[in-house]
Amino acid sequence: MIHFDNVTKVYANQNRPALDHVSVDVDKGEFVFLVGPSGSGKSTFLRLVLKEEKPNSGAIHVAGKDLAKLSNFKVPHLRRRIGCVFQDFRLLPNKNVYENVAFALEVIGKPRRFIRKVVPEVIELVGLEGKAHRMPDELSGGEQQRVAMARAFVNRPMILLADEPTGNIDPATSIGIMKVLDRINRTGTTVVMATHDAAIVDSMRKRVVELEDGKIVRDQSRGVYGQAY
Amino acid sequence: MRANFIFSEVWIGLRRNLTMTIAVIVTVAVAMALLGVGLLINYQVSLMKDYWSDRVEVSVFLCKKESPFPTCKSSPGGVREAERVQLKAMIEAMPQVERVDFEDQAAAYKLFKEQFAGDAVLGQVAEESDMPESLRVKLKNPDEYPAVINPLKGYKGVAQVVNQQDILEKFFGLLEKLRYAALTIAGILVLSAILLIGNTVRLSAFNRRRETGIMRLVGASNLYIQLPFVMEGVIAGLIGGVMAAVLLIVAKVFLFEGVQNFLAANSQLGWDSVASVITLTMVIGVLICVLASFFTLRRYLRV
Repeated sequence: MIHFDNVTKVYANQNRPALDHVSVDVDKGEFVFLVGPSGSGKSTFLRLVLKEEKPNSGAIHVAGKDLAKLSNFKVPHLRRRIGCVFQDFRLLPNKNVYENVAFALEVIGKPRRFIRKVVPEVIELVGLEGKAHRMPDELSGGEQQRVAMARAFVNRPMILLADEPTGNIDPATSIGIMKVLDRINRTGTTVVMATHDAAIVDSMRKRVVELEDGKIVRDQSRGVYGQAY
Repeated sequence: MRANFIFSEVWIGLRRNLTMTIAVIVTVAVAMALLGVGLLINYQVSLMKDYWSDRVEVSVFLCKKESPFPTCKSSPGGVREAERVQLKAMIEAMPQVERVDFEDQAAAYKLFKEQFAGDAVLGQVAEESDMPESLRVKLKNPDEYPAVINPLKGYKGVAQVVNQQDILEKFFGLLEKLRYAALTIAGILVLSAILLIGNTVRLSAFNRRRETGIMRLVGASNLYIQLPFVMEGVIAGLIGGVMAAVLLIVAKVFLFEGVQNFLAANSQLGWDSVASVITLTMVIGVLICVLASFFTLRRYLRV
């Protein structure tokens, strides 16, 4: 589903590579934790998958497509198959829960009847039934992240990328967030989650890929976060 | 593509940037109005040239008794009948000449009275005997006047040769200058309109960076992301174009019809040419707005 072959990324004005000859394979339906200290290349990895950045060398395949050969014109279609969740939620403050989720479908031109059908289903899936008409500032951090996950998942993407989704959320609420991610994963969606949260990684017992200074130092199925942190 | 989604976004964008939008509208309106005036002057000049080229004559004024002109010194008693007939025959023999008419003092006086009907002093002071006699020479091609005029200058019995085209040329020259001035100012305003639109779009894109960021993330196509911004430009351009149209109609009624009345010339600038100029300026105005928005967006909303 995601295939990195010897990928190196050096940002302009920096001599140290953000990713240094990284090769990794993520299969369909897998749940992968991407761990490592800040600046180890986790976010760069996610940005490369979305083709927000281009690698300096190496090949990236996502959902069977060679990103180097994907024209800019087709990048939006790639992104429709990838859902994204961030630490800062990125909700629209002037739209309610339903409208925030529906926005993701409206802007890719889905018919209104389809939107009316699937948005309530997804809101229920993330555990926000009954809160569809709340505004984001009326919700807790955990609830806002659930809205973001609903928005990321509403188009049934093949891949869900989560960049420290529990970074702004207390540990008790994080468990609920992880349950939603697990539920999404069980529908067959590949999940890649970058995180610092050792407790979560240890409790989930999923595959762990550890990055340090842009290199993969560990790739372990059913792994833990590690003792160093 | 959902039209109401686009239009609600456009409306939000225009409202948030109201002052900038007004600046764009006014600049586009004035720029397009001046461009239109320039084009209308163009039409008017060619219409008048067509009209006058059939009518301009070379006036050959003849010496009368005690004419002050130096060429009349040799015939102090004025030109004699035989001399006049000979002169007329000579001019008629020229290959460039179509027709020669003699205008006597009575006819000249009548014309003078008509032209200065509003001027009480001149109308009363002038008498028929003050009027010069002249030969009115109609040329086959008004541009070939030097070949006719040059041999007549200083000819015995000829007081003065006046080419009416010279007078018209001065007037046309003035109109040409006006046209260039209008087009130059229009050009400068178009440039500032482009910069203003660029700035407006940039502000608009900055105001909505959250929305556009999410749109990119969920895979909205570039067209879908950019269309609301371009539409903002189109709407501002259209409103500006409508205002320019109003200004052009006002210019047609008060400026151009005034000029025509002044010249008493049957070279009326028709409403059809005004309509075509308005259409053209509107299309140009909208195009400028679309292109300016589009190229600004390419810099600020990258994939």
